[in-house]
Amino acid sequence: MQPERTRLAWRRTTLSCTVAAVLAARQAVHGGDAETAGVLGAGLSLLVWVAFLVVAQRRIAALGRRARPDPLAARAALAAALCTVALAGFGVAVVW
Amino acid sequence: MADLGRSLRLWFSPQRVREEGETPDYRFSLANERTFLAWLRTGLALVGGGFAVDQFLPDLRWGVRVGMALVLLAAGALCALRAVNHWVRCERAMRLGEDLPVSRFPAVLGLAVGVVAAAMVLVVLFGWTG
Repeated sequence: MQPERTRLAWRRTTLSCTVAAVLAARQAVHGGDAETAGVLGAGLSLLVWVAFLVVAQRRIAALGRRARPDPLAARAALAAALCTVALAGFGVAVVW
Repeated sequence: MADLGRSLRLWFSPQRVREEGETPDYRFSLANERTFLAWLRTGLALVGGGFAVDQFLPDLRWGVRVGMALVLLAAGALCALRAVNHWVRCERAMRLGEDLPVSRFPAVLGLAVGVVAAAMVLVVLFGWTG
């Protein structure tokens, strides 16, 4: 039951990340002056989203592997948080 | 301050978390992980809010719009970093059998979000929409 709840929490967080990344990509395409910068920005937010997806997917796989899963690796936690920070930093760069 | 230094070291050398104390019941670790994810979602929502303010409120005056967006984006980033820090500290406390760390952050974040909301109401009421 506990691993399942944790799996669902990862899924929910992935969904939140998707929304934020879509908004970031939209911002890059509509907000930027130059077209190349817009494409570059959209590509970067896609990259951040994929990175988060990989972290989440690996953790979900690890949760399903054993009846008593290992605790989350600090590296994965840091990577997931840095994805959020990257989106925020990217937002600051575009909005400014 | 010494606490912060120790937490920062733990961020970047994760195996050290596992060296101290005993591994707690896996259910506690998973609960800690879910709390971390909930904070991460809060951070992502704030970042998304920052983007939304900039994209969907084009009638706002430039300064107001950019100011709001920057505050929300900064709060989101802070929330994510704090989520990792709190997760590491909780994990460590559980391994050592200590009390869980207490934090002012939720109160501060709540006040900040309240202030932004109040500012938004004022902007709409007084028509500072440029």
